[in-house]
This record gives sequence, C-alpha cells and structure tokens, in this order.
Amino acid sequence: MASTIRVRATSSGETTEVQALIQHPMDSGFVKDAKGEVIPPHFIQELTFEYNGKSVFVADWGAAVSKDPYVKFSFKGGKKGDDLKISWVDNKGATDTATAKIQ
Amino acid sequence: MRPVIHFASAALALAALAFTAVPSAVAADKPDPVADAKAFRNFFAQKFPKVKLEDFVNGPYSMNEDMHRQWEEKEQFPPYEFSLDMGKEMFSKPFKNGKSYADCFPNKGIGIRQNYPYFDAGEGKVVTLELALNRCREANGEPPFSYVKDEMAALTAYMAFTSRGKPFDIKIPDDPRALEAYQNGKRYFYTRRGQLNFSCATCHVQTPGERIRAEVLAPALGILNAMPIYRSEWSGMGTISRRFTTCNSQIRGVPLNPQDDEYRDLEYYLSYVSNGLPISGPGARP
Repeated sequence: MASTIRVRATSSGETTEVQALIQHPMDSGFVKDAKGEVIPPHFIQELTFEYNGKSVFVADWGAAVSKDPYVKFSFKGGKKGDDLKISWVDNKGATDTATAKIQ
Repeated sequence: MRPVIHFASAALALAALAFTAVPSAVAADKPDPVADAKAFRNFFAQKFPKVKLEDFVNGPYSMNEDMHRQWEEKEQFPPYEFSLDMGKEMFSKPFKNGKSYADCFPNKGIGIRQNYPYFDAGEGKVVTLELALNRCREANGEPPFSYVKDEMAALTAYMAFTSRGKPFDIKIPDDPRALEAYQNGKRYFYTRRGQLNFSCATCHVQTPGERIRAEVLAPALGILNAMPIYRSEWSGMGTISRRFTTCNSQIRGVPLNPQDDEYRDLEYYLSYVSNGLPISGPGARP
C-alpha cells in the first residue's frame, strides 16, 4: 500500500517551506455510526518532521484534528537535495514514515 | 437589512433574466437552449466583469481575492488527491467477470466526462456519468455503489481528471423528449422549495459572491465543472448526487433519491448552460 504521507519541501535559501497531507481517519471517538454505535477513537498522537537528525516540527495531536490532516510550516535552514524525514504514531500504536528530498 | 435590499435589486435582475431567457415558457413556444445558455453566460459576465469566463468553474474561489489566494494554495496540495488515486486504481481493476469500466464507455472511459450527461434516445431519458457507472457495474454482475460518496466519488474524480481542461460539450438532440428533459431541469432550478422557500437560483443566481452564514456562494455558471469535490464541510468527497440531496435538506425540503429523474434533468440543464467552460474536477470546496 502506498504511504499515507504526501510531502513537498521547498528551500528558498534561508528557510524551507514544508507542506504535508496525511491520510488518516482521525476519528475523535465522539461520533456514532449509522447503527448508533460509537466509532472508537483512532487518531495521530504525535507527528514529527526531522532534518539532519534534529526535530524541526513536532505536533501533539488529539481528537480535534480532522480527517486527512494537512500541515504547512517553515523552518530555518534546509538545503536543496537534503532529506526530510516525517513520521507519525497514532493511539493504536500504528506508525508510518516517509522521506522527502528538499527541492 | 442588507440582504433584503440586495434581494430586491437582485430580484429585478433575476426577473429580467427570467424574462429574456424564458419568453418561450410564458408563450408556450419551443424552448431555446441556445438562447438560454447565452443569456445565462451574459448575466454572470455582467455581474462579475472581472472574472474570466473559464474561472467561473472555481465557484466561490473566483468571487473575491482572498478566496482566490486560498484556492491557489489549496491546489498545491489538494485534499482530493487520495480519492483521485483510489479512483484511478479502481477504474483499472477488472470486474470478477474479467471486463472493466473501459468496456462500458467510449474511448475506454478516458477524457469523456465533458460529454455527460447525455440524452439517451432509446431510453428516452437523461443519463448521467454516475448513473452510467453503476449501470456498468450491474451489467457486469457487480453490486452498485452508493451515489453520494466514497467509491462513486473516487471513480468520477478520476474520470473528471482525465477530462481536465476540456470544455463541457452537452448535446440536446432534436428530440422533443430531450427538450422536455432540459426544460424540466430548468424548471427545477428556478422553482422554490423547502421550508426556506429557496430555489437553486436564490443562492446561485441572485446571490453568488455573497455569504450564506459563513459560506461564500458559488455562481451557477460552471457550478458542476469541478465535481466531484472534496468538501471540508464533509471531511471527504461528494458527488453531484450528494450535493443535490444535501442542498435540498439544507433548505429544509425533502430530498429526492439520487439519480431520480428531476435530478438527472437538473444536471442536464446545469451542464448544458455551462457548455464551453472547462472541466476542472475533481475540486475542493470549503
């Protein structure tokens, strides 16, 4: 199966802008299905972006983040051709990672 | 109150449009879709002189600068990507009997979305793309999909994507039944319904660019070109069927069933009057 993480990172010399779209149901645990039963919570708890072994962006997420979250941020530094590593862990212990080259 | 003042002046414009576009209905003459389409385009061109004709397909995003900037950003990383990929996979996967969607459609289903809906002379009714897809499945022993989201949205997203940029090319054959279907769709569009007593035109002809609560309303011209859409409100994809039914619920009317005759005719009318505008689907909306 394809990665759940789509990412694009562009460097403009001094800063690198990162956009990411992550496929995840992000169920809050408050919604009921058609049968009236609660859909159990299933959401990303931690999202990390690493550059050169250092975390440049860490998110602690909960039930309030919607399905298929989109993230955009910038960090100082980052050179074209370098790797950016993205990983997430959800409340069920599932994980996924992806690596993208900074453009 | 501002909405009331706007309503009155817009009602005048609407009356003018209705008068110029539908003298035939009043006089019970033959419908003139060509004249209708022209009047429809002119109405919106005059209302939004700074918007290029082909940009009307972006709906609310063409209605003001801030929205347009948001649309440009969103297109860099569109939320419909996952559904589009799923649709591409689904489309190429054969049915249990070995056949595939490509066998049901002209040109193997690629780059044909702009021809839908069409009037089927044999059946005497309008056939939409969503309907054709489910009929293809049933003809090949597969269960039909729900018309409103998920798989149907993914499939129509892929088919729309293969037609991106191609202008809507809806044909009304010289058949009184086709003209009747067209007129039916037009009548539906302009008829008030529901507790809120809104017609489609109330929001999308009278008040595009204005707000209904927090949403900026889209113009009716080109409104189907971006379908299916990933709608933030739905946290997911929705088809034309989804939008027609949910809109009816929102104005507190009883929605019809997806692909009921009236919805098919409505899609026929709305697509025809947007002929010439490019397919931009799949799209994203607030």
